[in-house]
Amino acid sequence: MRTLRFLLRKEYRQIVRDRMMLAQILIMPVIQLLLLANAATFEVTRARLYTVDLDHTVTSRALIDRLVSSGRFELAGSSASMALADAAMLDRRAGVIARIPRDFERNLMRVDAAPVQLILDAKDGAAAAVTRSYASAIVTDYAAELGAARAGGEALALGAPAVAMPHVEVRSRAWYNPELDYQDYMVPGILVELITIAGTLLTAVNITREKEIGTLDQLNVTPVTRAQFIAGKLIPLWSIALVEFGVGLAVAAVVFHVPMRGSVALVVGVAAVYLVAALGIGLWVSTIAGTQQQAMFITFFLMLIYLLMSGLFTPLRSMPAWAQWIAHLNPVMYFVRIMRDVLMKGAGPSDIAPDVGILIVYGAVVFTLAVRQYAKRSA
Amino acid sequence: MMRASDTSRRGPLVAFMVKEVQHILRDRQTLTILILMPLLQVLLFGYALRTDIQDIRVAVVDPSPDYATLAFRNRLGATDRFRIVDVLPDASRLETLFRRNEADVGVELAPRFGTRLARGEPAGIQLIADASDPNGGTTMAAYVNAVIDDFAAQMGASRGAVHIALDTRMRFNPTLASVNLFVPGLIALVITLVSALMTAISLSREKERGTLESLLVSPLRPWQIIVGKVLPYLALGLTIVLLVLAAAWGVFRVPFRGSLALLLGEALLYTLVSLALGVLIAARTSSQRSAMLGALVGTMMPNALLSGMIFPIASMPAWLRLVTYIVPARWFIVIARGVMLEGVGVANLWVETAVLVLMTVVLLVAAVRSFDARLA
Amino acid sequence: MTQPPNDEPAIRVHELTRRFGSFTAVRAISFEVARGEVFGFLGANGAGKTTAIKMLTGLLLPTSGDARVAGFDVYRETESIRRHIGYMSQRFSLYEDLTVRENIELYGGIYGLSDERIATRSTELIEGLGLREARDTLVVSIPLGWKQKLAFSVAVIHDPAVVFLDEPTSGVDPITRRQFWEMIYTAAARGITVFVTTHYMDEAEYCDRVSIMVDGGIAALGTPSELKRQYGVAAIDDVFVRLARPAA
Repeated sequence: MRTLRFLLRKEYRQIVRDRMMLAQILIMPVIQLLLLANAATFEVTRARLYTVDLDHTVTSRALIDRLVSSGRFELAGSSASMALADAAMLDRRAGVIARIPRDFERNLMRVDAAPVQLILDAKDGAAAAVTRSYASAIVTDYAAELGAARAGGEALALGAPAVAMPHVEVRSRAWYNPELDYQDYMVPGILVELITIAGTLLTAVNITREKEIGTLDQLNVTPVTRAQFIAGKLIPLWSIALVEFGVGLAVAAVVFHVPMRGSVALVVGVAAVYLVAALGIGLWVSTIAGTQQQAMFITFFLMLIYLLMSGLFTPLRSMPAWAQWIAHLNPVMYFVRIMRDVLMKGAGPSDIAPDVGILIVYGAVVFTLAVRQYAKRSA
Repeated sequence: MMRASDTSRRGPLVAFMVKEVQHILRDRQTLTILILMPLLQVLLFGYALRTDIQDIRVAVVDPSPDYATLAFRNRLGATDRFRIVDVLPDASRLETLFRRNEADVGVELAPRFGTRLARGEPAGIQLIADASDPNGGTTMAAYVNAVIDDFAAQMGASRGAVHIALDTRMRFNPTLASVNLFVPGLIALVITLVSALMTAISLSREKERGTLESLLVSPLRPWQIIVGKVLPYLALGLTIVLLVLAAAWGVFRVPFRGSLALLLGEALLYTLVSLALGVLIAARTSSQRSAMLGALVGTMMPNALLSGMIFPIASMPAWLRLVTYIVPARWFIVIARGVMLEGVGVANLWVETAVLVLMTVVLLVAAVRSFDARLA
Repeated sequence: MTQPPNDEPAIRVHELTRRFGSFTAVRAISFEVARGEVFGFLGANGAGKTTAIKMLTGLLLPTSGDARVAGFDVYRETESIRRHIGYMSQRFSLYEDLTVRENIELYGGIYGLSDERIATRSTELIEGLGLREARDTLVVSIPLGWKQKLAFSVAVIHDPAVVFLDEPTSGVDPITRRQFWEMIYTAAARGITVFVTTHYMDEAEYCDRVSIMVDGGIAALGTPSELKRQYGVAAIDDVFVRLARPAA
């Protein structure tokens, strides 16, 4: 339609001339991506270990050695005093205290069992849990080693061949992320966050600005229909957000070496669908905000909820049932999941079909509601 | 005579502040969001956002079911944490299950598992975790390993005859509640939002509308204008902080082991830093929109991403850790966590406090000078 | 020129009312405006002028009463009204980040003019306003007086039946104001009905008829001479003072 063509021409002209918007579109996402990709990691790097070894035996020293040489722990200090260890923890010089009691080796020899105490600075509960997992694995391995050596040694001592005991052999595989690289996991999700905020915020602020300046009233008095106005506003913003997404993907691949095991075209296609919902929300915000500042705040408020409840930062499946239920109403959740499934696991169209279907429905509903809310005249 | 001129100068300043307060109170939408947003975050982090893994979906590959594999599957299924979603004859469908997000872990049992066990031959179990989420993968593997241990013991099989009992204690946060970690960061965020972002926008709006000029022509001096503008936001910020603390303590029993006075004092200090930043941004930008953008990039973004509020600084690459040193929020969060979770006093926190004081001085000087220069 | 279907007046208003909660902004006003008339809609700020215009242009639904603009009903035929009217708002509402020419083209396109017609009108307007050198300049950079004249020209680019001007001369110097009114006369001579609100009482003298709104109602209606005679004063200004402060 002709009117739409004129409106689109106006929008693109305005965007190109708006230096601030250009900065927002081109520079901001790249900076944010670079920062976020490096900052947004929950990877547990080496914990600073303070040891209080009250045993001073070969065995106890070997245990400490196992911990440190695993690469997961870094020795931050040692002494025979728990008070000093405590001070180190309060001073934030140590994150973990390992206390090996007296008679550690003797107990192991005599009764095949001995305790070790581990105190973790659990202010960051998640990291502490992971550190505990690491420590537990190392200690268990060491115990198994001791046991195997014992069995072999005893057999030799008795002069009998080693008895074939039933034993289980476990091999562990970590699929899709063998290096346990947090960036691979976070960057796809960060991309979703970026275009969501960009698309929704730009739309909300842009339309609210026309309201604030008064050009909106001017347009409302013309023959431009509601549908034409919305299409004229949203199509350019949609195209911009999509371009941003493409740029983000390129940066992800080239700079962060995020795996692209699935089809990039598929992901871009889903982004195109997803953005309809995101922009629809921005449109809806513009109908309830009176000033640009309000539009910004409302958008942030909504985006906050969407992002926190999307499984982007905390695992979806760790949420209580009611929260997961809410998350299933959240389009961000579906898109993040699709991104990870396609890029990290190589999922194909048939694998993600149900999620895409939901996104399509969501987009249609949100968009319809927003259009209806946007009335040319106040009643 | 001194008395008269004093009141005539205090008169306009007070009137000015009253107008600012009215303005804040009338913008119901923004005010509601300012209060609701942090409260909602506290609720979410307290109730909904967790990191402990429940309900791990396991797909078992059992090529030749027998008494041993059945015993294993039963043990797995009987554990609360696990849910067996499928039992497969071979591993070919495993990948599809992962791709469709229908399974989290695959456990592949060797063929003739029971026979091997009985004969003393190695009975293999291959554990495949979906490690897209590295932490999740590690943790899930640890849980499965624990079940395998139990199973091996049950079968009389060895995984080691020696047992080192690891007795762990989680200090400062026994329940591993993430809300405890988060609330100090939230306090910083609220202060930044109100003191930096809103102040910047409010000042730049007056500049844009030209009302700032009429203020300058009035008996008010530039520093009085700044103070008058800024005090209401300071009060607003501290009010919201108290609300957040009350909610966190009341609903979630977030610990408060240290001195409230110390925390509020440090919060005040941090507020000054943020206010100075807000004024500086308003002075240096030419329109409301650019002030908004500048405040977002210069205050909110670093606060959310680089302060250690959500993402641990220790996990960041070295160069980024360096960058965080110039983020004021980073220092305040260390202080807040120290006071709330550890219960320490100024003695342990003097470095961080000194840094904040330094930042306040530098930024305030820059802000006032910038402001004067722009308008004089 | 698009005219209303039958021989109706350009604007017909009967007992038009608008309430906002308990506050009545416009109180059962009634009047008619003939075709080609220059009708001044006067009143103090807050008297209800802008609300009335919003109802006539379809931006606001009336609470009660009737109104027909360009032969169309304001309740049910707002889309038709919009095709047949022009509007110039208080803030001129040109896009400041588009050039003179781009603004003209945009509104021409929105009002459905063909490409050739847009080109013709564009040249006419630019030459007529003396904006040839400025045609590729962003509107934000041209002086206020030119912006005002451009905004008016754009409002009548499609030869509407009625053009609504909401405080079109605010903040403009007297000479430019006079030139603006000459443009208004030219448009009226072409058959366009001009409905203009203003709080400059001296501009009332330029209108064919005026109405004066006080507290949401029409307190006076007639030609400037009639009103001056009626109240025994020399200027419309004094009529207004009499009406607004009856005790004085």
